[in-house]
Amino acid sequence: MGLDFYTGKLADAVNWARKFSLFSYPFVTACCGMEYMSVAAPKYDIARFGAEFPRFSPRQADLLIIVGTITERQGPALRRIYEQMCEPKWVVAFGVCASTGGFYQNYSTMPGADQIVPVDVYIPGCPPRPEMVIDGIMQLQDKIARAKHPILTKTF
Amino acid sequence: MDTPLANPVRSIFATPLREDSVIVNIGPSHPATHGTVQIIAELDGERVLRTDVHCGYLHRGFEKECEDHTWHNLIPYVDRLNYVSALVNDFAYCDGVERLMGIEITPRCRYLRTLLSEYSRLVDHLTCVAAGLMEMGAMTAFLYLVMVRDFMYEHLAALTGARVTYSYGRIGGLACDLPDGWLARLEEILVQYEDFVARVHALVDRNRIFIDRLRGVGVISTADALSFGCTGPILRSTGLARDLRKDAPYLAYAELDFDVPVGIAGDNYDRYFVRMREMDESVYMMRQLAQMLPEGPINVDDRRCTFPEKQRVYREIESLINHFKLVMDGPSVPAGEVYCAHEAPNGELGFYMVSTGSGTPWKVHVRSPSFVHMGAASRMLDGGQLADIVPTFGSINMIGGECDR
Amino acid sequence: MSAATVLESLQQQIVPAAGAATLSHDSCLVFQLAPDELVRTVRRLKEEFGYDLFLDVTAVDWPADALRFEVVHHFASSRQPLRVRLKTRVAPADPSVDSLVKLYGSAAFMERECHDMYGIVFRGNHDLRPILLYEGFAGHPLRKDYPKTREQPLVPYRH
Repeated sequence: MGLDFYTGKLADAVNWARKFSLFSYPFVTACCGMEYMSVAAPKYDIARFGAEFPRFSPRQADLLIIVGTITERQGPALRRIYEQMCEPKWVVAFGVCASTGGFYQNYSTMPGADQIVPVDVYIPGCPPRPEMVIDGIMQLQDKIARAKHPILTKTF
Repeated sequence: MDTPLANPVRSIFATPLREDSVIVNIGPSHPATHGTVQIIAELDGERVLRTDVHCGYLHRGFEKECEDHTWHNLIPYVDRLNYVSALVNDFAYCDGVERLMGIEITPRCRYLRTLLSEYSRLVDHLTCVAAGLMEMGAMTAFLYLVMVRDFMYEHLAALTGARVTYSYGRIGGLACDLPDGWLARLEEILVQYEDFVARVHALVDRNRIFIDRLRGVGVISTADALSFGCTGPILRSTGLARDLRKDAPYLAYAELDFDVPVGIAGDNYDRYFVRMREMDESVYMMRQLAQMLPEGPINVDDRRCTFPEKQRVYREIESLINHFKLVMDGPSVPAGEVYCAHEAPNGELGFYMVSTGSGTPWKVHVRSPSFVHMGAASRMLDGGQLADIVPTFGSINMIGGECDR
Repeated sequence: MSAATVLESLQQQIVPAAGAATLSHDSCLVFQLAPDELVRTVRRLKEEFGYDLFLDVTAVDWPADALRFEVVHHFASSRQPLRVRLKTRVAPADPSVDSLVKLYGSAAFMERECHDMYGIVFRGNHDLRPILLYEGFAGHPLRKDYPKTREQPLVPYRH
């Protein structure tokens, strides 16, 4: 049994811990906020996935959920919040306005939050049904589970 | 942080009034500002000396989009103004266009629009009260109320196809009629609503902490409220019973029996109670309307705005051309202007529309109650405590989509 | 005062020039005013006729006209349902009207918005900072000559 087996298991363990303990920072702006409230409420309950408690400080969060339309005016705030989060961090664009700007194509709407921050998972919908949001979070969890950790594998 | 980021706002006070006071920035990303609003507050310890409220972070260019789309295509945009009570925006907008075109909607449509407006009022007040309570720490009340709201969302999705932003109103009518069993399910939901709201009342109304946090906080007088343009629950909480549904009835409100709840002191507790009582009145109105709903078509039979049936579009050339013209050019609305106001859950929601006779508007302006109330926010926040900013702001019910358009 | 008597007295007493007041089909009494009559008229509406709610101020851009901007004010009364609309025209070279900020507190924010969107200057309102737009935004987007999709990002785009 090579060393890869052990480092592989270690990487899996780290990924398992990360994906089931997402501390989200909901950057809520618009209508999608209503569906975010529904997802956090008992009926759809995102707490089941470990993404229980929104951390309202970027220093304590590792998942930035960008909920709703991003306007040019919010750009500096969003960029500052993204930069304040520590690694590892992920970004989910919740809703079509955060993904691509939605049907607002004008002087004040940014065509997607990925113009200023890198996004891991895009959840389309206007607003998306809570089931879509849960699907998006699960896809993010799969992405986290697939992540490689070269520092771990190289150190051992 | 390599590059410095530009600051989009300029505060009116850069230097503190006194040497021992502190200027604090709250927002624009903050858990309790209901979206993106920035409040720059000067504090003397915990006491707020003065505030500078900055809204506009959700300015999505609605009025500019209006000049580029047909009157029909704007209905989804209009939904997303006050996105917690989207149907009221739909119907107010459609009402304005119908007045410009001189169209009278059918009786069934009139009653249905009234019923759904009251349904939206329920959803809006539920959301406002739930969020306000959660921000003060009453998580249970939030969970109860959002549970009921979820039932209502699913119910409205059965009717319109969407949970939050429906695009259900049409110029001259509605998108589709009620499905079977919808009214029976409505009564079930209203019974569950009464159960859940009774629990919230039991938890909160005579709770010492709740009363201490809200009574006498965020007070605004009637004269100030009028001067700052407040309408809706904020004005009614000061004791003045101004409600467009009673004063200038539209839709089917003239035929309904309901009261207009008013407060006594104009503080946060009164606003909470006015909203709770308005919800009860809405339930009463909805039950009356469910009995009064007449049969008949929901769309007016006017080819200037109503789409012809698909069967006819595929068979008759006139219907095909009619459909084509309505989709490509939009309904031709005669030249003129109109200011159409409805009593939205936040207050007087007005649409000022200017038409030059074509299928796209020349100008649409939204008189949004939340924006005007932001002007009054400083009056309610100054002189209070830092911790009072959160419940006061919650009781104003600023909805970003409507405030910033 | 009942709505009918208010209507009559308004039509006779405010701007009594013939044809200057019309009742639009949305039961709103419309007056065309010259810009220097604005504050006087509003003060009379507020003090004599009970128009204590200042609803809205906005502007309409008619690029083909010499007096390009039409500034529109809406007023309501808390005591009777008749609304009043006041319209004035200003030229693009000097698009300024008097501010109502001394009469109504709500004028502060609403005039800021009108200034943001159209560039109308409200004389007497000392706080015309951007409210819906942001510091550094050049131009007035609701004017007809501002292209809808001209963005002015504050943070440079990544792609």
